Amino acid sequence: MAKTILKENLGGLFGKLSDHEIYGPVADGDKMFYRRIDEIPLTDFGNSDKPPKEVFFPQTETMFDFVPDGNKFVDYREPELSEKPILLFGVRPCDAKAMIYLDTLFGWDYIDPYYRKRRERATIIALGCDVPQKNCFCISMGGGPASGEGADMLWTDIGDRYLVESTGEKGDGILSAGGDLFEDAAPANTKAAKEKHEAAEAAVARSLDIVGLPEALEATFDSQYWEGFSKRCLGCGTCTLLCPTCHCFDINDIITMGKGRRERTWDSCQYPYYTLHASGHNPRPAKKHRQRNRVYHKLLYTVRNFDMTTCVGCGRCINKCPVNIDIIEVAEGAKDVAESAKEVALNV
Amino acid sequence: MSDNVYKPHIATVQEICLEAGGGRPIKTFTVQVDDPDSRRKFLHKPGQFTIVSVLGVGESVFAINSLPNEDGILQFSVMRVGNVTARLHELKLGDKVGVRGPYGNSFPVEDWKGKNVVFIGAGIGISPVRSVYQYVLCLENRKEYGDVTLIYGARTPADFAFKEEFEEYDRREDLELWRCIDWKFGPQGPVEASAAEGWMAANMKTPGDTDTKTCTANKFTCFVPQLVEVIEPPPENSIAVTCGPPIAIKFITQALERLGWKPDQIYTTLENRMKCGIGKCGRCNIGHTYICKQGPVFTYGEIKNMPNEF
Repeated sequence: MAKTILKENLGGLFGKLSDHEIYGPVADGDKMFYRRIDEIPLTDFGNSDKPPKEVFFPQTETMFDFVPDGNKFVDYREPELSEKPILLFGVRPCDAKAMIYLDTLFGWDYIDPYYRKRRERATIIALGCDVPQKNCFCISMGGGPASGEGADMLWTDIGDRYLVESTGEKGDGILSAGGDLFEDAAPANTKAAKEKHEAAEAAVARSLDIVGLPEALEATFDSQYWEGFSKRCLGCGTCTLLCPTCHCFDINDIITMGKGRRERTWDSCQYPYYTLHASGHNPRPAKKHRQRNRVYHKLLYTVRNFDMTTCVGCGRCINKCPVNIDIIEVAEGAKDVAESAKEVALNV
Repeated sequence: MSDNVYKPHIATVQEICLEAGGGRPIKTFTVQVDDPDSRRKFLHKPGQFTIVSVLGVGESVFAINSLPNEDGILQFSVMRVGNVTARLHELKLGDKVGVRGPYGNSFPVEDWKGKNVVFIGAGIGISPVRSVYQYVLCLENRKEYGDVTLIYGARTPADFAFKEEFEEYDRREDLELWRCIDWKFGPQGPVEASAAEGWMAANMKTPGDTDTKTCTANKFTCFVPQLVEVIEPPPENSIAVTCGPPIAIKFITQALERLGWKPDQIYTTLENRMKCGIGKCGRCNIGHTYICKQGPVFTYGEIKNMPNEF
């Protein structure tokens, strides 16, 4: 049964959830991030510049501290992670869907304790998209502006209140914590939400047809095609660092002021050092190899390994690329290359 | 976090052996995990790898090349090429390192029982091969396998690792040992210097024509793939295990194929840069295959199906 909550009661709800660490979308200058919040978060935003994955997988985090004492192992200490429950409010449906892959990857046979310790404490409230951005293509990636997939609740802005739907136990927990702040939704509320959803879905302007795409990518691995658009790539890594499903990291030991720590930091397959062997050999030496890896990872490799396409269609890599590399154009171009290679083969 | 997979287990350096000198020296380290309760975790399978920490410098990935044991004793061979390996080379007995693992899949040594096994190592590639030949050649297991052939090539005589071990193998009757040195790349100079020490030149153009009878020491000046073609190991009921630089693996497998070997009879182990070792940090993939999790041991048949991204 859907519920509603008046917007003016959001503060009251957060008050009732004061045992939680609450994260929500906030503006910092002209950029949007998910941060710890004490106040009512922004809710009329397209999407954040940086995806909310950093709540569970920070850009840089200390894995442990130590005292660098020659070759002795002295004073190994892991950071004490909070035990408090986390409420992550206002995640867009594309970013919520991305969590499904991150959960899978960080639990793939070996559990990543840093990610898991935060993630298992978290309840995610997705906020349906009212105004999809110009490069959004979530629907063709299996999601949608009103999808609750990957989230524990889906909220929809219907004017003076939100329509609130729980997708499971954690969402129900928020409903019971909120108590009478949540009211049963009237048919008019549900209807208003439905209209919002339909309008948003109609406003998702772009799409990528993924039927046959994995096979097309497999067929074009050695194609010159990857060189063409990659020539203008600057190798800045923005497309990957700001991708809600990218999870690559580097591990480094840092020593400052006589204290040591092992840190992990987001890394990117767009950087040449990422794959460089100590011998000097590099299996992905050129930008074309690295761009290909990025596109294949989202649209082919995770399909083969986990049966998931892990581009969620958030459009960040398109919006943020300084040289206008567009993953939709790139993928469709690869399909064209595969198609024409097939035709050539048939004609021969 | 008691269940932190990234936590290095402290281990003490018990033995250091300088295997090869020169510009790219190789040392083999024997370490034992300090905590008695954690030692059993390090009972590895042949072919698995470990990640070694020097705190303050970082971690590097090495093939475990000792025999599996429950005493938490691990050996790994390190060529000095980068930051972590340079610091490892400075270690002294009693120093501490961190070890994680063992990770990755392993050679299916159980399935090979009753078969002949040919081991082919090129350069530092002998190290991961060592994890299996030691296993097959140890007294408990040797009788389970058929004929064993061990082929090992290095740049110069000084570059051979595990010298004592190979002296012993040279005396053993239950295996055939063949060695070679590159015939022209020795930093010490031209071919003649090597030839003078009893290394016989192999016929590079038609290796099969080389007269192996006149070379009593089984020591040749040629590349490893040519040596394989000189020896002509028969493919029937046999398994080959090879490792070396990518270019060596390529030509060794081609040589074996010319001798009638099928891709699924040939095993190798791959490596790529890794950080986590457990499929999370991203970088070690070849196509959709993560070397750390779905490898590092593959058959040549599997490798042939991978995209060209080595």
